[in-house]
Amino acid sequence: MPIEIKMPALSPTMEEGTLAKWLVKEGDTVKAGDIMAEIETDKATMEFEAVDEGVISKITVAEGSDGVKVGTVIALLLADGEKEGESTPAPAAKESEPKPSPADPNKTGTEAQPAKEDVRDHGKPADPKPAPAARQDGDRVKASPLARRLAADKGVDLSGVKGSGPNGRIVKADVDGAQPGQASAPAAAASSAAPAASPAPAPTPAQVPDIPHELTKLTNMRKTIARRLTESKQQVPHIYLTVDVQLDKLLKLRGDLNAGLESRGVKLSVNDLLIKALAVALIQVPKCNVMFTPDQLVSFQRADISVAVSTPDGLITPVITEADTASLSSISTRMKDLAARARDKKLKPEEFTGGTASISNMGMFGIKQFEAVINPPQGMILAVGAGEKRPWVLGDGSLGIASIMSATGSFDHRAIDGADGAQLMKAFRELVENPLAMLA
Amino acid sequence: MADTYDLIVLGSGPGGYVAAIRGAQLGLKVAIVERERLGGICLNWGCIPTKALLRTSEIYHYMTHAGDYGLKAENIGFDLAKIVDRSRKVSGQLNAGVKGLMKKNKIAVVEGFGTITAKGKLSVKQGNGTVDLEAKHILVATGARARDLPFAKADGKRIWTYRHAMVPEVMPTKLLVIGSGAIGVEFASFYNDMGADVTIVEMLPRILPVEDEEVSAFMEKRLTKDGIKIVTGAGVEKIDTGADGVKATIKGKDGKSTTEDYSHLIVAIGIVPNTEEIGLEKLGVTTERGHIKVDGFGRTNVEGIYAIGDVTGAPWLAHKASHEGIVCVEKLAGGNPHPFETWNIPGCTYSRPQVASVGLTEAKAKEAGRDIKVGKFPFIGNGKAIALGEADGFIKTVFDAKTGELLGAHMVGAEVTELIQGYVVARQLETTEHELMETVFAHPTLSEMMHESVLGAYGRAVHF
Repeated sequence: MPIEIKMPALSPTMEEGTLAKWLVKEGDTVKAGDIMAEIETDKATMEFEAVDEGVISKITVAEGSDGVKVGTVIALLLADGEKEGESTPAPAAKESEPKPSPADPNKTGTEAQPAKEDVRDHGKPADPKPAPAARQDGDRVKASPLARRLAADKGVDLSGVKGSGPNGRIVKADVDGAQPGQASAPAAAASSAAPAASPAPAPTPAQVPDIPHELTKLTNMRKTIARRLTESKQQVPHIYLTVDVQLDKLLKLRGDLNAGLESRGVKLSVNDLLIKALAVALIQVPKCNVMFTPDQLVSFQRADISVAVSTPDGLITPVITEADTASLSSISTRMKDLAARARDKKLKPEEFTGGTASISNMGMFGIKQFEAVINPPQGMILAVGAGEKRPWVLGDGSLGIASIMSATGSFDHRAIDGADGAQLMKAFRELVENPLAMLA
Repeated sequence: MADTYDLIVLGSGPGGYVAAIRGAQLGLKVAIVERERLGGICLNWGCIPTKALLRTSEIYHYMTHAGDYGLKAENIGFDLAKIVDRSRKVSGQLNAGVKGLMKKNKIAVVEGFGTITAKGKLSVKQGNGTVDLEAKHILVATGARARDLPFAKADGKRIWTYRHAMVPEVMPTKLLVIGSGAIGVEFASFYNDMGADVTIVEMLPRILPVEDEEVSAFMEKRLTKDGIKIVTGAGVEKIDTGADGVKATIKGKDGKSTTEDYSHLIVAIGIVPNTEEIGLEKLGVTTERGHIKVDGFGRTNVEGIYAIGDVTGAPWLAHKASHEGIVCVEKLAGGNPHPFETWNIPGCTYSRPQVASVGLTEAKAKEAGRDIKVGKFPFIGNGKAIALGEADGFIKTVFDAKTGELLGAHMVGAEVTELIQGYVVARQLETTEHELMETVFAHPTLSEMMHESVLGAYGRAVHF
């Protein structure tokens, strides 16, 4: 039997993708690790490697096809020495085989299973059951029998559940923690196997007015942004809290640090310092470093900050992990690398998923203040405006000039109350205004 | 200059020595401190030597019943000193085995009484001197000892704990066993089979109180038939020790007290954790009802101090201690093990007949609000059991009616302590009734009853 090569899930949120380019053709021999195709996901263009050895017997999805659902067979691979003919079922050859008698109606017990497939019946094409056990990456879902039954009862799709047993096997506890219809337990809430699976925010095709225009096909990335942010605004009650923050001390500190770091080739940006300030503030006000799930509140013990980066194709949020404890130089170096690779669409999925909160800075565009949309399943996002000289009542009561920046936190009110959000904004402001405190 | 290690294990029972070996496997430099004999209670004074004694009484029982098998045995008798000697030799062999394992794993064995003097520091008293040791991690695995009756301390002459009961110099003529947990019932079974007149007194309404109620009821009937007198719901009020025996006053279910003479008395009313004089108070290690309080990885409230096994609480079982020892050491060595779990720890009693169980009893499952299906298959329906001449006993299984989860299994009869592991594996792998039903069991075996019990829970038992 030929091996079916299926559309892989190359990122946790990927449901479909574009088969951008075939790098092999029918008749080519491939071995494990060979790059077979380039696939454009919702976030990036990724290389698709062969895992088995053999000859490509058939390419079933042509180059350039888009909207190819994860799990779709895109090519067939013949193992060494196998002939193509073997792949077609031998028709009617087994007619003489006695058919299995139908299930005994008098059969006692509660089993009441459907009559078993006769395993000798090669005439049948493969497994008639839709493989519920096929994970998106093509691997078999490893799950205990009890977990399978519980998942079936609850309506949980095991392909999205993270297994905590040996070798990632899904056990009872994992299913107990998962929500019906939802892909998985909190850890994978970012995954997109949402029940309604409303793929795009515009269910009814809009009437295009009769004005000269051009049509651009939505990229997968654009579709994902649309879906995720619509979900956020529809399902997450946002509250917005704004503070004005005096930047002078932070700017001075940055100057001093950069003078010292020059020899190491590190140049801190204001944003690097703000990432750190937000992370430390989240640790100081742990009620805001949370994630809301239907049954439980997840409180994180470290702050991983997703940083909004604009790319020609759209917004992406690489994550600075452990930003609360990381050094400023480490944040700066990592940020530069992540941003550069984000623009080149070279981020790995794990590099742009899983942060505990986000930051979005539009200061460079002169935006004075704005409210950002929460990046689900996170509990908050900080929107940072431009630092600018403003008239300011100074500490001694006199009117002077100071560098001021407005920052607005958007909070998921299901998880975070206004007062707690306010505590976070206060902590953030104090850290920025006395920046040495966040280095301590 | 103190010797420095990554891990010091205090106590070398089945928790401690296993933890030490796991530490060594993970590349830690390990020392183990033992005040008495390597292997702890389990293999010197518990599990192993009693199994040697019970093997003797089992064979003796077969000899006295040789006629049932068409055999002739005359002048049957025993030499108590040789029986005890065999049991001690078995222990000695295993003790030497643990020594070998320590050597093989390059674990430093430090003999003496260890006391934690400060975080990361431990001093070991040896004769007149002391040895100082240092380690980042100190694991307390000091175990437990028998609880005494408040009004009659065990003296080893007429009043025994398990420790005296396994090295008797004389055969008790009339024995009172106080407490009917696994230890009490095993000794009662041994001495009864060896010909003593045995009485068990239990404060709770049934013997083997942690087992399923049907198992307790079965055992009470069966042991009574074998000649053991069983008094439940009764408390011992007073013990008077004389030169040739004890007078025990027992207040029965009916509230009336009766006094009777016994040649010997075994106290098996539970255990007391060994937490004294090892430095826990000074460091502020939290205890709860005498047991050291730990999290799912054996961590106490004091950083760098860990505890596992009996000293941390129930169930007081060697295999629980070993499991905890492994988890604790893997965690402190930087691994990512699953925390301790008690839901799947089997319990075994090696009396004749044997008792074994895992998981929830029928009553506990109902209490937990589970909708259940119960299967029960008797030994009399099993060919191998009848051929063995062991047609007495049953295997009971409790399933969640909705999910098919095997909630518990309870067995009584010949060799069931060896059978229970099948269900423990099934539970660990989270099989449902479906997989168990589809499994092929070899014929003829006692384990076929495990299959039948599962089938029975769903109304499909074949042979009954």
